[in-house]
Amino acid sequence: MSNEIEAIKDPGLPAHVHRKADTDPVAEKRAERQVAILFLISALGTLLFIFAYYFIPEDVFVFFPVLGNTNAHQLVLGLGLAIALFFIGAAAIHWAKTLMPDEEVIAMRHTMRSDDEDRDALVATVKERAGAAGLGRRSLIKRSMGLSLGLIGLSPLVLLRDLGPLPGDDLTKTSWNAGTRLVTDPGDRPIRPEDLEVGAVAQVLPEHVGEERRHLSDIAKDAVLLIRIRPEEFQLSPERLSWTYDGIIAFSKICSHMGCAVALYEQTTKHLLCPCHQSTFDVPRAAKVIFGPAARPLPQLAITVDSEGYLIAQKPFSEPVGPSFWERSS
Amino acid sequence: MKKISKLRRSAFASPLLLVLALFAIGTTFSVASATTKSELSVEQRSAQIAEGKNIFLKGCSSCHGLNLEGSAIAPSLIGVGAASVDFQVGTGRMPVADLSQQIARKEPVYNEEQTAALAAYVASTSIGPEIPNESMLNYERDGNTAEGGTLFRTNCAMCHNFAGQGGALTQGKYAPTLMGVEPKYIYEAMITGPQAMPVFADKTITPAEKLSIIKWIKAAENEPQLGGAALGRVGPVTEGLLVWTLGLGLLIGVAVWLATKAR
Amino acid sequence: MTARERVTGTVANYVDERTGAAKWMKKNLTKVFPDHWSFLLGEIVLYSFIILLLSGTFLTFWFDPSQREVLYDGSYEPLQGLHMSAAYASTLHISFEIRGGLLMRQIHHWAALIFMAGMVVHLMRVYFTGAFRKPREFNWIIGVGLLTLGIVEGFLGYSLPDDLLSGTGIRIAEAIIQALPVVGSYLAFFAFDGAFPGEAFIPRIFTVHVLLLPGIFLALITVHLMLVWYQKHTQWPGPGRTEKNVVGYPLMPAYMAKAGGFFFIVFGVTAFLGAVASINPVWLYGPYNPGQISAGSQPDWYMGWLDGLVRMAPPLESYIFGYTIPWNILIPGLIVPGILFTGMALYPFIESWITGDKREHHLLDRPRNVPNRTALGVMSLTFMLVALINGGNDIIATTFSLGINQVMWFSRIGIIVLPPIAFVITKRICLSLQRADRELVLHGRETGRLLMLPHGEFVEVHEPISPELAWKLTAHEQAPALELQDVDARGVRRAGGLKNKLRKRISQANAESIAKPTANDLKEIEHH
Repeated sequence: MSNEIEAIKDPGLPAHVHRKADTDPVAEKRAERQVAILFLISALGTLLFIFAYYFIPEDVFVFFPVLGNTNAHQLVLGLGLAIALFFIGAAAIHWAKTLMPDEEVIAMRHTMRSDDEDRDALVATVKERAGAAGLGRRSLIKRSMGLSLGLIGLSPLVLLRDLGPLPGDDLTKTSWNAGTRLVTDPGDRPIRPEDLEVGAVAQVLPEHVGEERRHLSDIAKDAVLLIRIRPEEFQLSPERLSWTYDGIIAFSKICSHMGCAVALYEQTTKHLLCPCHQSTFDVPRAAKVIFGPAARPLPQLAITVDSEGYLIAQKPFSEPVGPSFWERSS
Repeated sequence: MKKISKLRRSAFASPLLLVLALFAIGTTFSVASATTKSELSVEQRSAQIAEGKNIFLKGCSSCHGLNLEGSAIAPSLIGVGAASVDFQVGTGRMPVADLSQQIARKEPVYNEEQTAALAAYVASTSIGPEIPNESMLNYERDGNTAEGGTLFRTNCAMCHNFAGQGGALTQGKYAPTLMGVEPKYIYEAMITGPQAMPVFADKTITPAEKLSIIKWIKAAENEPQLGGAALGRVGPVTEGLLVWTLGLGLLIGVAVWLATKAR
Repeated sequence: MTARERVTGTVANYVDERTGAAKWMKKNLTKVFPDHWSFLLGEIVLYSFIILLLSGTFLTFWFDPSQREVLYDGSYEPLQGLHMSAAYASTLHISFEIRGGLLMRQIHHWAALIFMAGMVVHLMRVYFTGAFRKPREFNWIIGVGLLTLGIVEGFLGYSLPDDLLSGTGIRIAEAIIQALPVVGSYLAFFAFDGAFPGEAFIPRIFTVHVLLLPGIFLALITVHLMLVWYQKHTQWPGPGRTEKNVVGYPLMPAYMAKAGGFFFIVFGVTAFLGAVASINPVWLYGPYNPGQISAGSQPDWYMGWLDGLVRMAPPLESYIFGYTIPWNILIPGLIVPGILFTGMALYPFIESWITGDKREHHLLDRPRNVPNRTALGVMSLTFMLVALINGGNDIIATTFSLGINQVMWFSRIGIIVLPPIAFVITKRICLSLQRADRELVLHGRETGRLLMLPHGEFVEVHEPISPELAWKLTAHEQAPALELQDVDARGVRRAGGLKNKLRKRISQANAESIAKPTANDLKEIEHH
């Protein structure tokens, strides 16, 4: 700052330059007309809007370049509204720019800080009033007040307790049990191993009994993907191999990362990809994570066939399905 | 152009268009089915297979092997069936032009007759999925759009996107768009599982359900723009792009106009 | 007195006798507002908020915020006969049976995207010009709060229709809640009244979306604007403009007409987008089902960077004493955004700590004159942009024939490498621009005209710049670095030496600049 010898001075606010409309009555009239025309365009826009609302049937489609074959009712209604609004704005701005006073004026600022007198007066007032109330002295009242205020803060927490049940074992349990049949989603048809050829997939759910439709909360845990590959391509531990049936392997479709449905199966690479965050799982290696943010393989469902030859679950999932949570042990 | 486009929405599903569509499909398949084996005599059929073998030996065997056994760069064709050949050759994917991550659809190299011959030859060597005939593909009659939508979202949307626009797979592969794909090829793709696509067997998705899927895809394809430009029907990415370009562009443009001094 | 004047006078008298408004209005109708396009960015946000209130109210007349299952029998054929939530069915009803319903839905959604985009550009303007400096730190913090709440509010709105895309978004939000250590699964069960998705979440977020958050917005925006009003707007440096004054147009009539007109412009542009471009076509997504998914499931753009961070996160999870800590969710979903937004909120205080500047500032900085701040801003934007790109990596991959793995690796590396590079480059550019300013002041403008000197040499004729421009280019201060002593007057090492050293280093880097022309410089030139 020290080297700032006032080399270049503030020349001050430049002189006001008059607009054409300020000096030339013709230009003024022209500007006036322009503003009026803009307002009139807006009025026409509203008429168009009303016309579209009442008189353009909702099932008429008109071809426009870029837009394609577009619903005329929606398009004209919207354009009418857009024109009505936009041109009010354009008219007002044009009016302000061309005809309203445009001389720049200077106003002074005040510092935000209050005067020292005011501050001192405030401090004095606060001290006096607080003293009169005995805030400094009555520590019994202060402490009990602190306690009561602190405690009352808990009441919303108490009240919000009934927002929902405790998780219990809900996150670890699914509808899959020993002997549950695998049925197609949608369609609810049981599946035989021979229904799936090598390279085939099927989206399945546990067989559902009862009148009620499936709850989405159940689907959110139960959805399973069946994949059939050549048995010799598996690279599984003997235990996991025993969970497959004749080259058919079943995985939870609920991503172990954030719970999206992982059903994007590539027959050639035998990779499963989650479209949400691109976690990639290698099917022959028990859905080992080979790319992306997921940290755990997809849980594998042990399957076999029942006496009628339909695919069933050997047992429930051996680990919780879906995204991680604190109480999960691995 | 304008007259056609002025068709009412009701007209979309209306009998007129339906008849037109059926007519178009019908003529396509009447040409195609003229050469299907069901209508061919035994001699014609063996001649067709011989022709197919001839084409195969010239155009395909260098990769797929003289006996369809496949090689390091090409899969075996034993058991792939006529449907697979019809799909791959009919959509121009085979013979392949360049061995990239993904083989894309292009102008077919072989004409319909040659394709049929190739299919007949491959089918004659082993059993595999057959080309669906015209009566099996009457999706307008046998399909249900809403059910097809549910099936589509469960089985297809994860790769082909919610509106059948296609999407990304791993390592540069992609699921192609389904817009404009002929029903026959959609059907064949489901039963044969071309390239990365898995097979959707007839027991897990029944032929009727497959037609429902096709009907839904066609409904999506023919759906006019109900709310203006579709922006590619790929979700919020293009919407965000439009807001930052056109939306803010217009607003800042007006702001600049507003703040410049009039002369 | 005309009749009109008489009526106006009577009304005004009636109001003033009951409110005393005349005094306040007399003063404030002539309040001065500086005029610059970049000062209208905040107005875009304000007006989009009003549009959101209007269009949102319209939508609530028919929207049924319920996850009760219904059978769809509306006019959209491809969904007829399907089971879906009442929320989704009523969204379809608004879109297809209510005239103008789809238009209002689209206006509402476009306005939300403009609202958020406007906030970001407004924030950029305030940041890069130093408008957050004393006395405006409170308004900066309110702004950061509004941005954060805006993201939440937008996400809730995106979630309400209960279509396949929004349901997927809620699924991911649930996973983030569930990932919290110790309390995660409890909070998730409280939020959803049991297991995901349940039937309680949409009614609950509806109340938050239409009542709680808009109320908070209204309160914060009011305070934000009152502070702007009371503190008076900042202004660009220029002839006649000082720290002590404000130069511009009085509220009545020109500024009123312009600002009021701009509201209609913003509404008009939003309505135009709502008319010509489809947004969130929920009927194509289908009703939500946790067993279904679409390729390219993305959030709206203002959450895209968050999704991009989650996508690029390394697959880390800790298992300690039988408990799970999912770092792959916590780091990108909570920790990094938390650090970014906290850092942003604290930035005015950090900068004032570095510069030691505790004075009020009403003149804006030209970004080039504060290279460090500008470079830091560009660095942060680069970070966000890489994250945002990764949030759409699948769409980018298919559009540009790349692999998603390639885009992902570009982002993973780029998010670490590119921001520092952006910092360095921006700082260099700022310093070059300062140098160019200095040249311009000292040697004038290049005219492009060549002149042959008597001895045959060609020189380009330079034209001196106007005193106004010269002032504009030199009006800024160039504060030297802080002189912090490691030892105090008595030679004792001060406490917090390391902190001091850090402050000194940053302060030095911050003060790096090209000296602006001084009187001596100009005099020397004249002598030549």
